[in-house]
Amino acid sequence: MKRKLEEQFFKLLMILCTLSISGVLIMILWTITSKGAGSLTWDIVSKIPEGGFYIGKGGGILNAIIGSIYITIGATVFGLLISIPVVLYINVYAKKNSWLATTTRLTSDILFGLPSIVYGAFGFTIMIYFGLKTSLLAGTITVTLLVIPILVRAMDEVFRVVPEDIGNAVYSLGGTRWETSKILIRQCVPGIITAILLSFGRAIGDAACVLFTAGYTDSIPTSLDQPTATLPLAIFFQLSSPIEEVQNRAYAAALILTIIVLVISFTAKYFSKKLSKNKI
Amino acid sequence: MTTEKPHISVKNLNVHIDGNHILKNISIDIPDKKVTSFIGPSGCGKTTLLKTFNRLLDRNGNVEITGQVLVDGVDLYSPDTEVTSIRKKMGLLSQRPFPLPMNIYDNVAYGARIHGQRDKKELDKIVEHYLRGVSLWDEVKDRLKDPATRLSIGQQQRLCLARGLAVEPEIILGDEPTSALDPISTQHIEELFLKLKDKYTLVLVTHILRQARRVSDYIVFIYMGEIIEFGTTEEVLLNPKEKLTKDYVKGYIS
Amino acid sequence: MKNIRLTIDKITGNSFLVLTLLSTVTVVLIGVGLYYKSLPILQNSSLSSLLLSAEWKPFKSSFGFLAYIAGTLWVTAIAIIIALPISLLTAIYLSEYAHVKVKKVLLPPIDLLSGIPPVIYGVWGVLVIVPFVQEKLAIHFVEFSSGYSTLAGGIVLAIMIIPLIISILLEVFNTVPDGLREASLSVGATQWETIKHVVLKKSLPGILAAVVLAVSRAFGETIAVLMVCGNISEIPHSIFDPCYPLPALIANNYGEMLSVPMYESALMLAAFILFVIIFLFNTISRIILYRLEGRMN
Repeated sequence: MKRKLEEQFFKLLMILCTLSISGVLIMILWTITSKGAGSLTWDIVSKIPEGGFYIGKGGGILNAIIGSIYITIGATVFGLLISIPVVLYINVYAKKNSWLATTTRLTSDILFGLPSIVYGAFGFTIMIYFGLKTSLLAGTITVTLLVIPILVRAMDEVFRVVPEDIGNAVYSLGGTRWETSKILIRQCVPGIITAILLSFGRAIGDAACVLFTAGYTDSIPTSLDQPTATLPLAIFFQLSSPIEEVQNRAYAAALILTIIVLVISFTAKYFSKKLSKNKI
Repeated sequence: MTTEKPHISVKNLNVHIDGNHILKNISIDIPDKKVTSFIGPSGCGKTTLLKTFNRLLDRNGNVEITGQVLVDGVDLYSPDTEVTSIRKKMGLLSQRPFPLPMNIYDNVAYGARIHGQRDKKELDKIVEHYLRGVSLWDEVKDRLKDPATRLSIGQQQRLCLARGLAVEPEIILGDEPTSALDPISTQHIEELFLKLKDKYTLVLVTHILRQARRVSDYIVFIYMGEIIEFGTTEEVLLNPKEKLTKDYVKGYIS
Repeated sequence: MKNIRLTIDKITGNSFLVLTLLSTVTVVLIGVGLYYKSLPILQNSSLSSLLLSAEWKPFKSSFGFLAYIAGTLWVTAIAIIIALPISLLTAIYLSEYAHVKVKKVLLPPIDLLSGIPPVIYGVWGVLVIVPFVQEKLAIHFVEFSSGYSTLAGGIVLAIMIIPLIISILLEVFNTVPDGLREASLSVGATQWETIKHVVLKKSLPGILAAVVLAVSRAFGETIAVLMVCGNISEIPHSIFDPCYPLPALIANNYGEMLSVPMYESALMLAAFILFVIIFLFNTISRIILYRLEGRMN
């Protein structure tokens, strides 16, 4: 009897914990929405700040939205250019379970675990080393470093479980490793899209990386060497302003960022569902 | 052991995987344009032996291969042998069909395309020819642009055979190619094998003795990484010389 | 034709190899870069005096990290104490009890939670957790707290690391063979007893790895904690005192005080310390997890 009671007690506790996590999510979304919805006007998304982002009462955060999109797209594209070859190398070109493949996987797990503030500090060092100023370019390079391990891990997970026989089928027709790679890429398209979305979500929300490297301005950058505003920093800086209108811009920015991230998450879910359907 | 002209000659082949001695001193001549089946209990090394023929085995790390495998007199494991052209000579039919992620037409055309065939009319011809060759043409001719995964598993396996034949191999390797199929599809594949042996050398791994009896000319019995007996189907199945072979085929005879 | 194909194969192979090696070397580059930048301060003062002194007076060239290290440890400890039991119970429920249909409903919120950017957690912390700590908790224990406190940082951080711990634990429980569970159940153990004596026992190294990964994640989290923890460089005496963790120190001061001698180097040393600890923790726990999953001998 005591045995049953103990089990019932812990089971109840477990269910409470599980539900409370969903509860916290709902609470966060509710707080962000209720605070941000009132300030989310057309001006916010269509105008750059008027009279300085920290003190000016008018205008919006278009500069931050555009800046974030630039950096995120740039970093994801650069990231893909590096991570796809890496994933192909460890899954197609290198021998199965080779030393290099295992080391690469371990390293990208470790790089994935490094906090973005470390990437930010490192990005700042290379920026100084190459004589760059805080700019769209420096921000993009730093965020690229941040997303490479995310992309490698996510894509590797998909490529690794593709049945060996698909590769063997191509080899047995006299295909080369590069030809096999092309077939595998085709097979893994939904997985690659999921990885891209994952990296997109992480890149657009990260503040510590761009804090030292992208700078912050009121205008929309027109070239790579100009500094740029970003959404996370728009929230961070404007929230600390004493002026209520500016704070409200921060809440609106928080809501916009949350919506973007949620849309990305749901799209990624859709594609990963597709992925499991396509599995042979 | 046979008077036939060998197509594949294995000489003193030893394979270690992760330090385990999987194939021990294998020497065998696989005759040209005949069906040769490898039989033996699971884990005896028959699939490993098959995979040494198209060098898919050494894609895995920690595999050590010594000895020679000669195809038409060329050593597969000599350093200047070009692997992709070797593999082109050998079609592979795996345990389960693995259609490539593309439509039916492109699956068959794939090999011809990577080997340089771009002419649309030629490709049409090739696709039709080989789909007819595996008796699939009539079933799929109206839906060549459908994804290959829409076919039944038996049809997929025949498609994979057509895909392999379309690069004009000389040898067909079958790794228990009917083990995922229903009896009717199995029969289809077996009939194809009998038809194909006029033109191709076939090597099959199978654990179904009746299938070995139905389709093969020669049988190799492998046990614990060693060849115990090699001879014609009649000899090995009905009149085995070795005790181990006798014990293994007893179930079949009785 | 054949030659072109083989050449392409070779070129792609070699260039992909170079990229793979480069991406692997990045981790070394980051370490070396940060170390190189923190050399000036390391040559100026001894490591022990930097780590064990709490005096932070940049203009007098005294850089004692103790208050920041203490802040980091406090916040992390609070976060783990809150997050671990909740994650463990949730992961056990989802892996051992929950029906597939229930899982389908309960897993997505955890995923979504892990995708929310740190700065959003920060905003939520400022709006909800800080007032909660100030008005509902602190008044029972201390005379005054602004709410911007070690505890607020710990709570926000706990919520951020819960999804991480749960996802690793689910993977770990997944590696326990069903045969073991069945063996225990078949001798008459209840499901809870099976979990306690078989599943958890078998998963112990994995649970440890999950905790170590969570700790290293907590060490490095910057913006969200920075927004709620008060940022006063003193060793906190209670959880209602403000604190100032290392990442917050870097984030708040970088690029602003570069004219002060040694300041940049000191901040780089902070980043280097974070790097070393997190690198070690990650390596250890990943190796444990690789072994559990049978991906490494």
